[in-house]
Amino acid sequence: MKVELTINGTARTAEVEARKTLLDALREDFQLTGTHAGCEHGVCGACTVLIDGAPARSCLMFACQADGYDITTIEGMAPAPGELSVIQDAFCETHGMQCGFCTPGMVLAAHALLAREDSPDRAAIVEAISGNICRCTGYGQIVEAIALAAERLRTANTPRGVRPPQIGAPHVDPDAGEDAPGAGILEAADADMPHGGRP
Amino acid sequence: MKPAPFRYVRPTTLGEACAVLAAEEDARVIAGGQTLVPMLAMRLARPSTLVDIARMPGLSGIARDGDVLVIGATTRQVEAERSALVARDLPLLAAALPWVGHPPTRTRGTVGGSCANADPSAEIPLVAVTLDAEIVVEDESGPMPMLADDFFIGPMITAVPPSGILTAVRFPVWDEARIGAAFHEISARRSDFAFVSAAAQVARDAEGRCTRIALGIGGVGDRPVKLDVSGLIGTALDAATVAAAVHAAAAALEATSDLHASADYRRRVAVTLGARAIADAAANIQAKEGGR
Repeated sequence: MKVELTINGTARTAEVEARKTLLDALREDFQLTGTHAGCEHGVCGACTVLIDGAPARSCLMFACQADGYDITTIEGMAPAPGELSVIQDAFCETHGMQCGFCTPGMVLAAHALLAREDSPDRAAIVEAISGNICRCTGYGQIVEAIALAAERLRTANTPRGVRPPQIGAPHVDPDAGEDAPGAGILEAADADMPHGGRP
Repeated sequence: MKPAPFRYVRPTTLGEACAVLAAEEDARVIAGGQTLVPMLAMRLARPSTLVDIARMPGLSGIARDGDVLVIGATTRQVEAERSALVARDLPLLAAALPWVGHPPTRTRGTVGGSCANADPSAEIPLVAVTLDAEIVVEDESGPMPMLADDFFIGPMITAVPPSGILTAVRFPVWDEARIGAAFHEISARRSDFAFVSAAAQVARDAEGRCTRIALGIGGVGDRPVKLDVSGLIGTALDAATVAAAVHAAAAALEATSDLHASADYRRRVAVTLGARAIADAAANIQAKEGGR
């Protein structure tokens, strides 16, 4: 069967057997091997991708069922080749991975959460990754990574010197010089350095 | 972990889909596929043809129809979970949905699919039985609504005829002003298959007396069951009365033993969770405008 997919923003087509899962099509027909094949029956979450922006297991969907959908894989996360998304960078920074097998699924689950909620609490983060199994980290650093990424995305989206809108209060904060959220934002110069400027 | 070969069709009308099912004995309907695909991967199921109804027009959506909330069969679980209508009209379903699978399976899994699959420990069938929902099945002869209690026959066995397709679940909406609901389950891991689950919805009057109550237990036997706790109507739902009523009602439960839990354990936990669900439902009462 012929399937037409939009993968990471690019229209792609492939000729696949009806029984080929989206996971196998991504890995074999589109050479996107960042989506990992773990249990292949919906238990481990290593194959998580975003289907129309919502996280789903690519091993539990046949490629022909996905015909016409918008698929995002781990390869679609980074803003440019050789760079990392804010979430990926947070995983590096907090050591939210060891062997890396679960990481693409974790990053995509985190991405879907943070696209919906800008300040998830710990319970919301744990729930979002509850379908993804990690055998190395004990999850602590992964939860930390997602919380750090949430904070960075939040602060990065707040213009410096501007308060959140409050009725009756001046829009521009006179004390901005003191408490501008400079910490936590990746400076452009740092991002160009090896390891994102970290020692 | 690769399924056996099958043919895949995506009909656009119910008639075409029913015709495929009628012509091929081993054809199966697929919507979200969150239970069927693992069974195919492990080759526990080997259908000749998969009839994909996930995108069939008219089968998805949540709408109020008089005193019933109709949820289309292919409505994805995440849509029901985030629906304002479900939150307002079906507090019990809203309480149960976060327990269904995991977030990435709820984005594909459907409300109708969970019912058609009829796992004895599944949450949505339990809510349907507890609230006396009607499950609508259609084949060439037209829609056939049936009570959830008649629909679920045994583990993975339902009253859907060979060429029939589940098209909607009709949940009765309670019109009382003060309604509370609670859902509890015990499993080995969060969101794994429940050993025992309990669903309760309660209405109370302004003085706190119970005016209407429904309690259902899942996972204990081979299908979800509703327990008769109507003796609690008129009481203030104090802990001792509730515990005694649930204990008496649970005597009728048929429990199964397996590797994970014995029948005795399941029956004991059913009493505890049932009483806890009623207590939490009674404590969760939200007053709503316009109810009686």
